[in-house]
Amino acid sequence: MTIPVSITVNGRRYDREVEPRLLLVHFIRDVLGLTGTKVGCDTSQCGSCTILLDGVSAKACTCLAVQADGASVTTIEGLAGDSELHPLQESFWNKHGLQCGYCTPGMILASHELLRCNADPSAEEIRHGLEGNMCRCTGYQNIVRAVRDAAETMQGGTS
Amino acid sequence: MSASTFGSGIRRREDPRLITGSASYTDDITLPGTLHAALLRSPYAHARINGIDTSQAASAQGVVAVYIGADTEGEIAPSPCAWLLPDSGLTIADYHCVARDTVRYVGDIVAVVVAETRHEAYDALDLIEVDYDPLDAVVEPKKAAADGAPQLHAEIAGNQAFHWTVTGGGDIDEAFSQADVVVKETIIQQRLIPNAMEPRATLASYTAATGELTVWNTTQNPHILRFLSSLVIGVPEDRLRVIAPEVGGGFGSKIAAYPADFITMFCSKKLGAPVKWVESRSENYQATTHGRDHVQEIELAATADGKIKGLRATVWAGMGAYLSTAAPGIPTILHGLMLSGVYDIPAIHEDVYGLYTNTTPVEAYRGAGRPEATFMVERLVDLLAAKLGLDPAEVRRRNFIPKFDDGHDVVTGLTYDSGNYDGALSKLLAEADYQQLRAEQAEARKNGRYIGLGLSTYVEICGLGPSQVAGAIGFQGGLWESAIVRFHPSGKVHVMIGASPHGQGEETTFAQIIAGELGVSPDDVKVIHGDTDNTPMGWGTYGSRTTAVGGAALALAARKIRDKAKVIAAHLLEAAVEDMDYDDGKFFVKGSPDSSKTIQDIALMANVAWNMPEGVEAGLEATTFYDPPNFVFPYGAHLAVVEVDAESGNVELKRYVAVDDCGPQINPVIVEGQVHGGIVQGIGQALWEEGVYDDDGQLLTGTMLDYALPRADRLPDIEVHSTVTPSPHHPLGVKGIGEAGTIASTAAVYNAVIDALAPLGVEAVNMPLTPERVWRSIQAAQGRN
Ligand code: FES
Ligand code: FES
Repeated sequence: MTIPVSITVNGRRYDREVEPRLLLVHFIRDVLGLTGTKVGCDTSQCGSCTILLDGVSAKACTCLAVQADGASVTTIEGLAGDSELHPLQESFWNKHGLQCGYCTPGMILASHELLRCNADPSAEEIRHGLEGNMCRCTGYQNIVRAVRDAAETMQGGTS
Repeated sequence: MSASTFGSGIRRREDPRLITGSASYTDDITLPGTLHAALLRSPYAHARINGIDTSQAASAQGVVAVYIGADTEGEIAPSPCAWLLPDSGLTIADYHCVARDTVRYVGDIVAVVVAETRHEAYDALDLIEVDYDPLDAVVEPKKAAADGAPQLHAEIAGNQAFHWTVTGGGDIDEAFSQADVVVKETIIQQRLIPNAMEPRATLASYTAATGELTVWNTTQNPHILRFLSSLVIGVPEDRLRVIAPEVGGGFGSKIAAYPADFITMFCSKKLGAPVKWVESRSENYQATTHGRDHVQEIELAATADGKIKGLRATVWAGMGAYLSTAAPGIPTILHGLMLSGVYDIPAIHEDVYGLYTNTTPVEAYRGAGRPEATFMVERLVDLLAAKLGLDPAEVRRRNFIPKFDDGHDVVTGLTYDSGNYDGALSKLLAEADYQQLRAEQAEARKNGRYIGLGLSTYVEICGLGPSQVAGAIGFQGGLWESAIVRFHPSGKVHVMIGASPHGQGEETTFAQIIAGELGVSPDDVKVIHGDTDNTPMGWGTYGSRTTAVGGAALALAARKIRDKAKVIAAHLLEAAVEDMDYDDGKFFVKGSPDSSKTIQDIALMANVAWNMPEGVEAGLEATTFYDPPNFVFPYGAHLAVVEVDAESGNVELKRYVAVDDCGPQINPVIVEGQVHGGIVQGIGQALWEEGVYDDDGQLLTGTMLDYALPRADRLPDIEVHSTVTPSPHHPLGVKGIGEAGTIASTAAVYNAVIDALAPLGVEAVNMPLTPERVWRSIQAAQGRN
């Protein structure tokens, strides 16, 4: 059995027939071929699959594709929109906020949510805000720096 | 700008593709017609298989094939162990990729389903009926060695995989019998689960018409995987191409060649179609190799004024149900030979028993043997300090090997390259303001607060290593690295390396090496790695060896280019080669820097070859195979400051200060990143992480929900400092930095917690130091059980 869904991803509408059990993350990766979103666990712990669902961050492995019917999804591929890089992407690059890069798309989108809720977070607030995203490489320190840096850029250089 | 690029913290070349989601990891690659494999794994730690019924699965929707052990006979050889530890009575149990009649750990593979979609493959697994006869299991290494323990392999007595010893220096028994003081401890180096964020995966594509097999795999060492795969599945090496695309961290867990990889290759070969297998995280916990798992009984002999006279240890190392690719070398060569640490120890003896247990095979995990060695030594030194009432820093100082810059022999047989251990400790104590911290600790104690300071001064062996030594210690491969540097007509450069970085940033640091050697911009250098068809042979990225060994190969290749370019430049400038000078990418006649030829000019001429010197080949390209004359030995001194809440047992890590010496730093920002990540993994071992089996061999920490990984909110900012002691034998003087943090930090944090708990009478707590364990140990020490 399949169910029709219409999901807008990175500004483009996709009409597809999906199995009811298909996870949104697999819809994005396997059906649409947008592989920037990663899968790091099967218990919703790691945050590698974090995307924006109608502008709010969500772990795409906790959501069925059919639940996203009619919704608008932003993945790492679409975050920058028309610019080359989103300030968060710039900051992760500038502050060496990634090593193997596997957690990075999810980490950047989780950071996006963090800054949406708190435009000027302290290092401690960033650490708390990212506790649901695992990174095994960086020890998080440069991720915290990157998010802080992005916050400053996005506020126009003030802190 | 170019020459000065060496040593500067430029942004990584790798990052643009990673921050935009454009990088391709193995699971991101799908070929037309790709089939999907799913593996049925044993739910029992030990059981006999009476029969398997695959008929329902075989006829399920979308299923293309189902294979069990018997189907793979003669087609997939046992998964090889490639570190044949000599003089150890090594016994290697056959590791059948698909179990034949017995399963020996939860996760042992019993059957494989190939289907058109991943879902269909997993659905069909549920339809396979396996008739098991459960057997008794044993999960702890010391118990596995005991009389009457369940036996894993009929042909191997006492579950013993090996018994390895290291003896060096003076008479160890005499050292102990004549000692003024002896301190002892039993340490459980708990089992850890590496948790690279990218789970393992394989995509195999076989073309029957050509007999060629291409394999994409999450490996740290594609050339080794190609070599082993050709032996195991019988595709000749020239027809086998292994590609490590983007790889999402490894930490040792992606060194091994795994049964699942061979099975996927076999399926593709059988079916003539691309087949992909991707593990889930839970499967990763069961089936991707674990680390550590030692029981260590250790003791130290010393004089009354704190001079160490001898170190003696017996270690029971759990190897899991079978020996993984490099497993036997980890608790032995990489562990026992490091027992002198940074100290002058006149007599050392260690027995290491490797034991088969009904658990997931154990392999290298970041640090691989060296954290376990450092922990032993650093615990003993702290115990000695406590026993003598001396400050731990002082006891260390009394025993440090004095500063040396060109070789120091320790009794385990190694020759350290260079070090100034007291220098690192002094810098650490100054940066941390140790005296002030001790004063604050004393003050806090008066107020009933339990603050602890923990030191860890370490040296590690890395840059593995001279191939001759590799052969002598039974490593079934070489340990050299190679590099090709190729200038294109426009002056742009390709670098091809045999090593296979997967997060460490060598695409950037290697471009910086070329910039430093040849004066080109790093932006003009592309570093290519990970594909056996277009990179030279290399032994892989592990043991902090990529920059230490591969970087040396690259520097020497660049120097060959420079020599050739100089000859061409001399010809073009109509000068004698001896009269030529070089500076930052320019060749000129000595004293006339104004009329020069750039490396780009030379690259163009060498490629068009219109006007070459007599007898000089066209092209500007060089290949080097670098086999290091010795290992390199980075070192450092770390300090952890913790506060323990005696009411709850909670440990708060308040400060962490590190001084590391990896020689000259090619890119200090990348070095710092390696230090951060390494330290946090070691902190994870001290405080949170543990792979737990119950007595029946069920993995209780079987998902990411149950295994406590370090999280951002549990950590302080790490204060990173360094000293610079070049390696005397390395062309760039560099040592390794990938594992240093992990090697040092577990002991630092542990020592800090024990220091904090000292007033409460607690002398030891098993890791990880969870609130419950700490609280219980406080209760026990206070006589409140
Ligand atoms: S894949 Fe781990 S949280 Fe979604
Ligand atoms: S950069 Fe590798 S997991 Fe975060």
